[in-house]
Amino acid sequence: MFTSTVLSPECDPSPVANGAKMGDPCPEAVIGTKTLNDGTPDSVAPWVTELLAVRDQRDEEAFIRVFEHFAPRVKAFLMRTGMDAALAEECAQEVLVTVWNKAHLYDATRASPSTWVFTIARNKKIDVLRKQRRPEPEDLPWGPEAEPDQADILGLQQESEQLGRALRDLPAKQRELIEKAYFGELSHSEIAEQTGLPLGTIKSRIRLALDRLRHSMK
Amino acid sequence: MTVKHHLTDDLLMAYSAGDLPEAVNLIVATHISLCDECRAAAGSYDAVGGAVLDTCDSVEMSKSSLTSVLDMIHAQDTKTAEERIAAPVKDDVFPAPLADYVGGGLDQVRWRSAGMGVKQAILPTSKDATARLLYIPAGTAIPDHGHHGLELTLVLKGAFQDEGGYFGRGDIEVASEDLHHTPVADISEDCICLAVTDAPLKFKGLVPRIAQPFLGI
Repeated sequence: MFTSTVLSPECDPSPVANGAKMGDPCPEAVIGTKTLNDGTPDSVAPWVTELLAVRDQRDEEAFIRVFEHFAPRVKAFLMRTGMDAALAEECAQEVLVTVWNKAHLYDATRASPSTWVFTIARNKKIDVLRKQRRPEPEDLPWGPEAEPDQADILGLQQESEQLGRALRDLPAKQRELIEKAYFGELSHSEIAEQTGLPLGTIKSRIRLALDRLRHSMK
Repeated sequence: MTVKHHLTDDLLMAYSAGDLPEAVNLIVATHISLCDECRAAAGSYDAVGGAVLDTCDSVEMSKSSLTSVLDMIHAQDTKTAEERIAAPVKDDVFPAPLADYVGGGLDQVRWRSAGMGVKQAILPTSKDATARLLYIPAGTAIPDHGHHGLELTLVLKGAFQDEGGYFGRGDIEVASEDLHHTPVADISEDCICLAVTDAPLKFKGLVPRIAQPFLGI
């Protein structure tokens, strides 16, 4: 049938940590079949179901689960970018409020939940540390047939997990360089052009989602 | 529209990571608005950011944090999120992020003469890099120049040609420190570009060098 493995939402190796260094990744654990809100049994990557419930049903219970998973990680991420604990805490709260407010913009065929939360945390970082707002690309409006299908959502989530594994498997020196770039510890000129990241498949998948979106607008 | 000249991977990654000056973010966002290829690439660099966030350890939130967040959500839920977002300005020449900085469409630009029929308008961004709109009459050349740092030029209307190739709407030229080039606007129509530099330009000829402080370029 459609059962497959998903990451356990309970997977949280270290609730308290001082540094926000790369930790051990969550071990994969089978927790059974998840059900999307259209009733189709299918396996969905972690947190997609919760975010879609927040988006489509304004489901507060689902939001609390999202908060409990992401807020401590966002706080760790923001501390690593140079904020003290109190400021990072305040900003992490605001990031999660934005998750609630902007849930209607979440598109599971273009970003995993982690990716989407990362972009909100990144914008918060720019806002607070650089005192700038970040110019965003013109958004592509939803077309009439834009409702994505399960395979597109699942495909993107699987690509994201593969990318995460590839990042963890990089030689330590190279991985540290990428982490530093995302924590804001490198200037643009220090970012090497060749990062060795396997972005090809995830890029084509996002490209496909964009093409569909463009097509449905015609 | 087919964009032929794209952003480089280091710029896309730095945009995603949030490591760029505001003016550079602006030109990247404007190019991505016109280029699905780079939009998908930026999305994949965001996915790297998501993977970095996933592998962060977590730092415990304070006991009251969930209550505070739920209170914030409840306090504002009377109005919907959509109502608070102003409708973006629509313009045929300027994509939304640029129209936002101009404060409207092409008719809202406050041009200043830069000599030889060339006009420019500097946009309000942080000082670590400069964003300017350039208006280059059809067939006109911008003096041969090199750079101390990076120069990015995005075509919004018309086209130009230089040592790097032919650039039409949506195309972006990424010129590094060592590139000396003389962009010439296509003869068929006037050319409007968004140009971003992170250091002053160096002109080769004596006259442009004298003019440089006055042009502010």
